Amino acid sequence: MSANFDVIIVGGGHAGCEAAAAAARKGARTALVTFDPGTIGAMSCNPAIGGLGKGHLVREVDALDGIIARASDDAAIHHRMLNASKGKAVQGPRIQADRALFRASVQRQIAGFEKISVIAGEALDLIVEGGKIAGVLLDSGASVHAPAVVLATGTFLGGKLFRGEENFVGGRVQERAATQLGERLRGYGLPLGRLKTGTPPRLDGRTIDWGVLEVQPSDSGSWTMSAMGGRAMGKVRSQPQLSCAITRTNEATHEIIRSGLDRSPLFSGAIEGRGPRYCPSIEDKIFRFGDRDGHQVFLEPEGLSSHLVYPNGISTSLPVDVQEAMLRSMRGLERVRMEVPGYAVEYDYLDPRALDRTLALGAIPGLYCAGQLNGTTGYEEAAAQGLVAGANAAAYALGHAPFLPDRAESYIGVMIDDLILHGVTEPYRMLTARAEYRLRLRADNATTRLTGMGIGHGLVGAERRHWYEERNARRNDALEALATVKSASEMKRIGADVRQDGSRRSLFEWARFPEVGEAHVLASAPMLAGLEDDLRGEIIEDARYAPYLERQTSEIADMRRNEAIRVPVDIDYDEIGGLSNEMRERLGAARPETLAAASRIGGITPAALAAILVHVRRRNAA
Amino acid sequence: MHSLVDPATGDLLDRALVLGFRGPQSATGEDVVEWHCHGGQAVVRAVLAALAKLPVAMRVREAEPGEFTRRAFENGRIDLNEAEGLADLLSAETESQRRSALLMAEGHFSRRLDAWRVELLRCAAQTESLLDFSDEDDVPETGTGDKLRRATGDLAADMRAQLAAPSAERLNEGIRVVLAGPPNAGKSTLLNALAGRDAAIVSDIAGTTRDRIDVVISLGGIAFTVTDTAGLAEASADRVERIGVDLARQAIAQCDILLWLGDPEECPRGDAIKVAAQMDRSGWALPAGVDIAVSAVTGENMQALVDRLVARAAEMIPAEGSYALHRRQRDGVARMADALDRAAAERDLLIVAEHLRACLGEMDRLMGKAGVEDMLDSLFSRFCIGK
Repeated sequence: MSANFDVIIVGGGHAGCEAAAAAARKGARTALVTFDPGTIGAMSCNPAIGGLGKGHLVREVDALDGIIARASDDAAIHHRMLNASKGKAVQGPRIQADRALFRASVQRQIAGFEKISVIAGEALDLIVEGGKIAGVLLDSGASVHAPAVVLATGTFLGGKLFRGEENFVGGRVQERAATQLGERLRGYGLPLGRLKTGTPPRLDGRTIDWGVLEVQPSDSGSWTMSAMGGRAMGKVRSQPQLSCAITRTNEATHEIIRSGLDRSPLFSGAIEGRGPRYCPSIEDKIFRFGDRDGHQVFLEPEGLSSHLVYPNGISTSLPVDVQEAMLRSMRGLERVRMEVPGYAVEYDYLDPRALDRTLALGAIPGLYCAGQLNGTTGYEEAAAQGLVAGANAAAYALGHAPFLPDRAESYIGVMIDDLILHGVTEPYRMLTARAEYRLRLRADNATTRLTGMGIGHGLVGAERRHWYEERNARRNDALEALATVKSASEMKRIGADVRQDGSRRSLFEWARFPEVGEAHVLASAPMLAGLEDDLRGEIIEDARYAPYLERQTSEIADMRRNEAIRVPVDIDYDEIGGLSNEMRERLGAARPETLAAASRIGGITPAALAAILVHVRRRNAA
Repeated sequence: MHSLVDPATGDLLDRALVLGFRGPQSATGEDVVEWHCHGGQAVVRAVLAALAKLPVAMRVREAEPGEFTRRAFENGRIDLNEAEGLADLLSAETESQRRSALLMAEGHFSRRLDAWRVELLRCAAQTESLLDFSDEDDVPETGTGDKLRRATGDLAADMRAQLAAPSAERLNEGIRVVLAGPPNAGKSTLLNALAGRDAAIVSDIAGTTRDRIDVVISLGGIAFTVTDTAGLAEASADRVERIGVDLARQAIAQCDILLWLGDPEECPRGDAIKVAAQMDRSGWALPAGVDIAVSAVTGENMQALVDRLVARAAEMIPAEGSYALHRRQRDGVARMADALDRAAAERDLLIVAEHLRACLGEMDRLMGKAGVEDMLDSLFSRFCIGK
């Protein structure tokens, strides 16, 4: 059998699904190749979506009409807005999902795309013709042909599991561990490295003494992950809301963990890959920060129809008996039954510096990579890369312009830029601290930032496009209303205690004064009261931070000027005088496409940039 | 010891001490070979001539001015501040300039910046931890806001203290000394005596010096820029002379040390050194209120005047063992201190973070490097973060 497509996606996880959906939205005939179509959209670890930085990514993927936010809304059984007391730029929406509902929603959405054909099978090899990608070979012996292939294979390359003294070969679900494809990639001389991550044990919720524990209820509020609302535009939370509970580790817990450290693969040297600093195992926490008298553990229900509970905060690879003793030393867990013990997994990743801004692998034209394979962690990071890789694979196959979000307009752009320039030394997780233009990149303004761009790239479906156009019209009306000029005395009259200096400003400008509240703005521009809450909130937040946003605008203009100076990707850094060997190594690995990108590589000095610039000019002149 | 032989003729040029330094641990970061030849112009000339005759393909040439420094900087062996210090060292003319430049080159200011940077990264990490992680209970929130404000305020104060110290321009451009007084008080003669050469036009006709005349001189190892001014005549009819007088008043206001040669009663600045310059004139009597009387013509008391100038100047230049900042560095430090002050006054953490980011950007520009990763490293090494 042989089939012809525009794009083939290998892997049905969060990156693969988002890649397939993005390619299909752009009109590409798309094949989604996966071991088992029943596992499409499975949440392999923590059943939560969003958080700080991650929630931003979800909203951005949604603004580009992706599927992860809608699946989150369909499955959300607990909502929490992190940092609710701080500025909106660092507020992160987070939900806990019912695994079964989430998977069902993703599968339903994928099935809704006429352009996507799901193919069950294992991709054994890449078909390369004339140095370019031509398709993949399946284990059935069949081949699937397409000029573009997206690899979204997660951690299954070279996966190795560790628990105490035991270790096994294989990813978690895919015991068949597609080692053959991994070997092929190695054969192409691609730079692979090793990383580590871990997961906590799963508990039987029926054996937890919930009554003695502090309860964390779901947010009241009606926000949803998708701007389009949970169920189309109804803005209703579709599922019943469950509470989480909080317990803590204590001195006894720490003593048990310490006594087991010599049997932990993390400390015996069995694991060589580096783990994430922001998601340390509990043994790491105790070892490095032993002075703390306890660490919080969130007990999160895995679903409406499941009795499993995910104890967030105690990822571990200690032996089973130590895990059990550790759990039972905590309040509320004295009689808990451990359903599945925790473990650490070590896996191969592709050094993302081998990729360009479209997530294409320079070495083999037509081959794109997305998700955990690129050294990231998390569903959200994977989904965002999937969207970029899928969109660009389709653009490549169909002859469209590439989709290149940059650091100034999205967290997606921040992540891609970080990955392809700096590479990773630990699994990469999004943090708001990574975004230098954080004030403008808010979770609540993703639509305004990105949907228009998405429409331009053919990534946005008709339903969202109509909604966006109407919303944009309302937004423009509101901005017009806020352009009304008011004097200080007029503001005083409506109750805003501003200085009576006779100044006259637009309402938009008045809104940045601490004395001027939302109520005052609404009193002067009543049409704003008729807007949906999130749009009104977004506009008022824009006004409040306007002076800082303006300052960033000039920085961004500088950056974009340097982005306009192209550096040829085949430049020979050995030829440029004045670069240290370390700089040459870093520049050679990352192959920055612009001077601005080169400036963001660690250890690259202004003098080195000047040397590169001179070299590029001379080369262009020759 | 190695024999240096002319490859073309086979002649022995010298027996020299030859030292090889392997990059990147050498001064420039590249492979370096030093030939320590015997003294004598003839030997050095012969060696250079032999080198010059080498085939073009070997790419042997003389270094451009400052090229070793530039290469050291570009190879990351020294940072921008050290490079500037070295540049000063190469052009330093006086002893104290040389000392200060040497300190800069040895990275004193860089070390200070490093210390500031560590503290700044600590503040930034604290802020970011509150923004990205306080909801997860891994970062204690109570009281940290106040601590953070205090820390940023202290850091700003430390930077301002550095700014209050004497600047490098004083060293490089010299202490600005202005000679002023009524016409024909002997200003130009005194200038010439200080400079030891005929720098200003001296004549007995009052009003000879219409322009400002600057002379750079070295006294006691300190550089001075001495400015002779037009005599401060009352209501001159000459337009050019009037302009000269305006310039003189300006110079008087801006200089570091004013040597006043007029009536002590009419001295325009309280901190001036009041000089009676013409004690050699017949019928001369010491006027009341004069600090020192000299004769530029006979040299009488000139050494005492020089000693006074040097003592005054010593207070204005960096003390031995300290270093001085350039304008570029002072401006950068001032902008950092401003950003920190704004951060300390701000209650919205997001904006605090924004000011600290601006401050880090300034610091990176001063040090010639950049990176968010540094901040994250500081953050992750201090807090136990994440679930």
